[in-house]
Amino acid sequence: MKKSIVMEKISKGFMIASIVVVFIMVASIIYTIFKRGFGCITWEMVSSVPKGGFYIGGEGGFLNATVGSVYIVLASTVIGLIISIPIVFYLNVFKSQKSRLAYWVRLAFDILYGIPSIVYGAFAFSLMIYMGVRTSLLGGIIVITLLIIPILMRSMDEVAKNFPHDLLEASFSLGATRLETIGIVLRQIAPGIATATLLSVGRAIGDAAGVMFTAGFSDSIPTSLSQPAATLPLSIFFQLSAPQAEVQNRAYAAALVLTIIVLVISLLGRFITNRFSKHKLN
Amino acid sequence: MMAVTIISIAFVFVMAIGLYFKSIPILEEHSLWGLITDSSWQPFKNHFGFLPFIMGTIWVTLLAIMIALPLSLMTAIFLTEYAKKRVKKFVFPALDILASLPSVIFGVWGTIVIVPLISDNIAPIFSGEFSTGYTVLTAGIVLSLMLVPILVSLFVELFSTVPDDLRAAAYSLGATRWQTAKNVVIKKSLSGIFASVVLAISKALGETIAVLMVCGCLPEVPKTLLDACYPLPALIANNYGEMLSLPLYESALMFAALLLFIVVIVFNLVSRIILKRIETK
Amino acid sequence: MWFKNLFLRKFLASDCNEAFVPDAKFKHPDKAAEIKVEDFNLWFGDAHILKNINVAIPPNKITCIIGPSGCGKTTLLKSFNRLVDLSENVKMTGSIRLGDEDIVNCSASELVELRRKIGLVPQRPTPLPMSIMANVAYGCKIHGLRRIRENRRIVRHYLKVVGLWNEVKDRLRSPAVKLSIGQQQRLCLARSLAVEPEFILADEATSALDPVSSRTVEDLFVKLKEQYSIIMVTHTLRQAMRIADYVIFIYLGEIIEVGDAKEVFHNPKHELTKKYLEGAFS
Repeated sequence: MKKSIVMEKISKGFMIASIVVVFIMVASIIYTIFKRGFGCITWEMVSSVPKGGFYIGGEGGFLNATVGSVYIVLASTVIGLIISIPIVFYLNVFKSQKSRLAYWVRLAFDILYGIPSIVYGAFAFSLMIYMGVRTSLLGGIIVITLLIIPILMRSMDEVAKNFPHDLLEASFSLGATRLETIGIVLRQIAPGIATATLLSVGRAIGDAAGVMFTAGFSDSIPTSLSQPAATLPLSIFFQLSAPQAEVQNRAYAAALVLTIIVLVISLLGRFITNRFSKHKLN
Repeated sequence: MMAVTIISIAFVFVMAIGLYFKSIPILEEHSLWGLITDSSWQPFKNHFGFLPFIMGTIWVTLLAIMIALPLSLMTAIFLTEYAKKRVKKFVFPALDILASLPSVIFGVWGTIVIVPLISDNIAPIFSGEFSTGYTVLTAGIVLSLMLVPILVSLFVELFSTVPDDLRAAAYSLGATRWQTAKNVVIKKSLSGIFASVVLAISKALGETIAVLMVCGCLPEVPKTLLDACYPLPALIANNYGEMLSLPLYESALMFAALLLFIVVIVFNLVSRIILKRIETK
Repeated sequence: MWFKNLFLRKFLASDCNEAFVPDAKFKHPDKAAEIKVEDFNLWFGDAHILKNINVAIPPNKITCIIGPSGCGKTTLLKSFNRLVDLSENVKMTGSIRLGDEDIVNCSASELVELRRKIGLVPQRPTPLPMSIMANVAYGCKIHGLRRIRENRRIVRHYLKVVGLWNEVKDRLRSPAVKLSIGQQQRLCLARSLAVEPEFILADEATSALDPVSSRTVEDLFVKLKEQYSIIMVTHTLRQAMRIADYVIFIYLGEIIEVGDAKEVFHNPKHELTKKYLEGAFS
């Protein structure tokens, strides 16, 4: 056989091998989390807050963490959307899409997107000390908001960039003001906003390093913004580092809950993207 | 709107300045060179040597890239040059799942699966000593898996910008698929591949919780793949409670954050500028 | 590398007058082969693109495939070297033979060899991402000719054949993309000639060029038909009339009329051909 054909076979073998490796890894993660999780999850774990001696094997569950995560994610997503939608509009409607300013703003957001959440956390933490604020739900919300704005902004911008500029011109030429035009754009990029939101919710709920410093941790469900709040990833992390098997089991259960939430969100995102792209030309 | 936009840009600078001010105390007491080349870390004796953490970060990151790069390059080539639609339908959702899983889940998986695998099966082969399984290798494997979906999606994007005409030209000279992929597709996207790898490195540098859970957290410069390590983000995350006890300690951790921040920003800038240039071409 | 350039200069300085003989690997058969298409059908998904094609393409002639756009001309051309494989969901039946070898049903390694024997000059020039020299030598390289000195001889010969030598001999190592479009197209021709194909497929090879370069390429084809057989798809009837020896008229995936160029152009038998030539539709 010719050398090139042999090379072809070998390299194809490598490719298939790497795909198989990736597949096995994904399957292994999902299988491990589900098997361990379902093995030890009980209703009590999901539905109650930690009771006395929780971290040495006492009774209770991680409802505090679930609720804390949900609070933080909901609040920061709403705030994040309120901040990032105007920026996307500013870049795509008010300014020409290819202006110098737009280039630099996009670059800045790309960079903000790349900054590790631990750095956000450390920065916010030092800021909070400076202002004399203690770890609290509010701190967590602020950091997560900062974290997801670049994500929201980038993925919405991606959709808005593909938005046909002719439509804008048509709208302007009909005598519509910029504000009225926003309505048109909004309708066009609505699915983009939905996927961006889901993407950032998925990211926000899984982030641990950022909230570690700022939201702190507590065993009860927070009732005000100034109280510290627990989050799912941190609760998994803390419980897993405990030596008792009972506590570790709860970590597996919490990991299962977190995985299911994230998978549902990602499936939903895929569904919306598919629905949406059916109506697009390309 | 203008204001919001400008505030967002300014935020990058505010962070840099804030972190810098916080690390001034330690920089006044120790020289910058001394901090990053000293390997002794004893905060309560006023020894702040960051070398173990810097080396730990470099080891883990390089290992992760070395595992993830061939894996994702091959996967991406297969997906763009070989795979039928049917195969893509399975692979892309799998990669999506991988990309969407939170890092703490990777950490859990690492402690359940990879740690015992290494301490029971792999470590005994290479060294007679007992290994806990919390090693550079463990962290590298876990981290590489988190990089694969990022790299694959960047590569697939890059390869699809290579015009089909070029492929047709190579094929019609009698090139095999692999020759075409190697000499045309990869060669044409070389700068993009470089940028993607830089981007992945900057992601790997900042990855905290998953690495923290499997790295072993020993502040010593690792000598082999089977030594424990202690990357910078893990250091920051692990000591957040203690850092108030000593003013210099806090400053030291903020210095670590500043280091991380600067390196990540530089890497990001380089890769983003290259990628943007390819995009607009 | 600097020493490579040194070698190159030395090589350029030595004037070698010996006649060029292609490598034994690339020797043409003694009797020029023809392409024979029998009962060939092709589908893209459910769309039946080519229907019952039966035709024999004579060697050492310029064969023009003419017909209105979207009727399958390019698809037929790309079936000759199986480039249609690049699209998904292609189904083919029947046979296309080059000499004794079946192009439709052959193994991957035979296909690689067959594709060498059937070169392609694309619609738009496609310089590969390498130097001018490497572009011409690429085909030889992938077929196992790696001797640098030999490859230089090959590069020089074929660049001379396409009349590009004097224009580029001082910058053989600069990237091929830096050439003008017309030069790039001749480079692509040189590249396909370098592996000594028996047939050359040209897919509207002049449509992207300016009139002067277009004329140069045309003249080249006329010159090349002594050694190679050429099949070209063309939109411009005038071009076909100028250089075609043999004509295939396709309409909606079916062959309507085949024959000597003079015969078809001056004395069309079929009503559709007559209308097409008169410009009733295009």
